[in-house]
Amino acid sequence: MRPGAIASLGALLDVLCPMHLIVDAMGRITHAGPTARKVLNTKGLIGCDFLDLFEVRRPRLEPGVPGLRAAAGRRLHCVLRGPVETELKGVAVPLPEDRALGPPGGVIVDLSFGIGVMDAVGRHDLRSADFAVTDLAVEMLYLVEAKAVVTDAWQKLNQRLQGAKAVAEQEAHTDTLTGLGNRRALEPAIRRLTESEEAFTLMHLDLDFFKSVNDTLGHAAGDHVLRRVAQILREEIRKGDTVIRVGGDEFVLILVGCTSEEELSRISGRLIERLEEPVAFNGEVARISGSIGTTRSGTYATPRLAVMMDDADLALYAAKQAGRGCHKAFAPALRKAVESRPGDAVTPV
Amino acid sequence: MHGLINRAIELFLRDTYGHEAWEEIARGADLAPPEFEAMLDYPDALTGDVLVQAAQLLDKAEAEILEDIGTYLVSHPTSAALRRLLRFSGADFTDFLHSLDDLPARARLAAPQLDLPPVALVDRGQQVFSVTVGKRGTAGFAFGHVLLGLLRAMADDYGALVLLEHKGCRDGVETIDVQLLEAAFAIGRSFVLGAAG
Repeated sequence: MRPGAIASLGALLDVLCPMHLIVDAMGRITHAGPTARKVLNTKGLIGCDFLDLFEVRRPRLEPGVPGLRAAAGRRLHCVLRGPVETELKGVAVPLPEDRALGPPGGVIVDLSFGIGVMDAVGRHDLRSADFAVTDLAVEMLYLVEAKAVVTDAWQKLNQRLQGAKAVAEQEAHTDTLTGLGNRRALEPAIRRLTESEEAFTLMHLDLDFFKSVNDTLGHAAGDHVLRRVAQILREEIRKGDTVIRVGGDEFVLILVGCTSEEELSRISGRLIERLEEPVAFNGEVARISGSIGTTRSGTYATPRLAVMMDDADLALYAAKQAGRGCHKAFAPALRKAVESRPGDAVTPV
Repeated sequence: MHGLINRAIELFLRDTYGHEAWEEIARGADLAPPEFEAMLDYPDALTGDVLVQAAQLLDKAEAEILEDIGTYLVSHPTSAALRRLLRFSGADFTDFLHSLDDLPARARLAAPQLDLPPVALVDRGQQVFSVTVGKRGTAGFAFGHVLLGLLRAMADDYGALVLLEHKGCRDGVETIDVQLLEAAFAIGRSFVLGAAG
C-alpha cells in the first residue's frame, strides 16, 4: 500500500460524494465523508462494522462485504439502524484490484437520502455545504418550499372562491322581499329528502284576499303583509322544515317527518288562524287568510316533486272551492272530481 | 402581469402606508374590489396604473417605490417565504450574486406563469459586478429598481457590505453596479434548510 493512498482517495471523495464510506475487506469502516460523519455522529466510527450500522434491505445480498461487492453498481435500499430508522439510497463499488486506492477486497459505499431529504435536513441539521455541489438536494428542498408557498396561495384563493360561491348560491335561492327560499330552492330541498328517503309533507299555501290588499292599500302594504306572512310561517314551522315563496302570494312548506292527517289539519288550522290576524299598516288594517292543500310523501311509492306539486295543487284547489280559509289533504278522489268537471275555475282573490 | 407581482406591490403599499392609502391608490387605478389575487393574471397596464397612482399619492418617484418594494420583499415578515426561497440560491452573498442568472428560472419553477425579465451577472473582477436586467415583453415598470432594493436587503441578510448603483436603462436593458466591500461584514440573519412546513 502506498502511504497516504486512502487519505488522498478520501479527500477526493469528500468533495465529490460527501456521504460516502470506505469499507475494508473485513467490513470495517476505514474512512467516512464529512456528511456521513455528521449524519452517523458515532464515536469511534472508524473501525465500526458497516453492516452493524446499516441493514441492506433490497436487493437481498450474500452476507458480508462479498455480498456488497457482488451488488456493485446496483441501487441499494439501506436503513440506518437506530431508534429512528433512516432510509437511504446507496451504491457500492469494489476498491480496484491494482491496490492504487488501498488494499483490494473492500468497497466504497456512497449514500443519499433520496426523497427523505426534507426530514433528514432537519434531523441532522444539514447545510447546503453538506451536499455535493452537483447534488440536486438543495434544489429539491427549494422546490418543496416553493410548492408549499404556492399551494398555500392556491388554497387561500380556493377558500375565498368557495365562500363567494356559497354566498352567491344562497342569494340565488333567496327571495329578496321576505328572505325566504325562492322557487329555485324547492327542487334541491325535495331532492335532499327523497334521496335520504325521509318522510315529509308538501304544503301548498295560497293567500286569500291578498289581491284586494294590494288593490286597495297599495303595493307597499302588500309587501308589508308578505313580510309578516313570512315571519308567521317561520315562527310556526319546526327546525328542519322549509318555507319557500314560490310566487306572488304562494308559498310551499316542506314539513319533515311522518305527520298524521289529524296533525296536518291542526297545523294548517293554526297557520290559517294566525294569517287571519289583522295586520296594521300606516293606520290601515289589512286582513287576509289562506287556503292550504297538502300531500304526504308516504302515500307515493316513489315521491316525485312534479307529481306531489300537482297533487298539493289539487288539494289547494279543493280548499278554495270549499270556501277558502281552510285546508284540504290530497286524496285520489280529488283528481277524479277535477277530471269530471273541467273548466270550473276558482277566481283569484 | 402575474398576480404574485401585483399582490406584492399591494402588500407593500398596505403594510407601509396603511389600508386607506392603498384603497385610494386602488380607486385611482380602477381596481375593484381593491385587492389582487396572488394566483390570477391581470392586464399589464393595471400594474402600471397602480404604480403611477402610488407615486402621485405618496409624492415619490416610481423608481424609489420600486426599490422599496424590493427591500420589503426580503425584509418584511409578510414575505418571509420569499426570503427563504432566495436564500436557497447561495451560501454567501457572492454565491447569491452568481445565482442571479437563475432567478427567472427559479421563479418559473415555483409558479410557471411567473415571467421575470432575464437577469445576467458580469464579474468585472476586484469584487465588482454588473447586473443587467433585460426587457420583459410589455412590463409596465423597471424591474431593475426592484432588483436593486432586493439586492440591498439580501446583502444585509447575508451580512455583506456592498455599494449598489442603478446605472440607468439603455435599449430597454437596465444595469446595476455592485461593489462588494466585505463579504462577511456583519452576522447575517439565520437561515436553515428545510425549515418550512
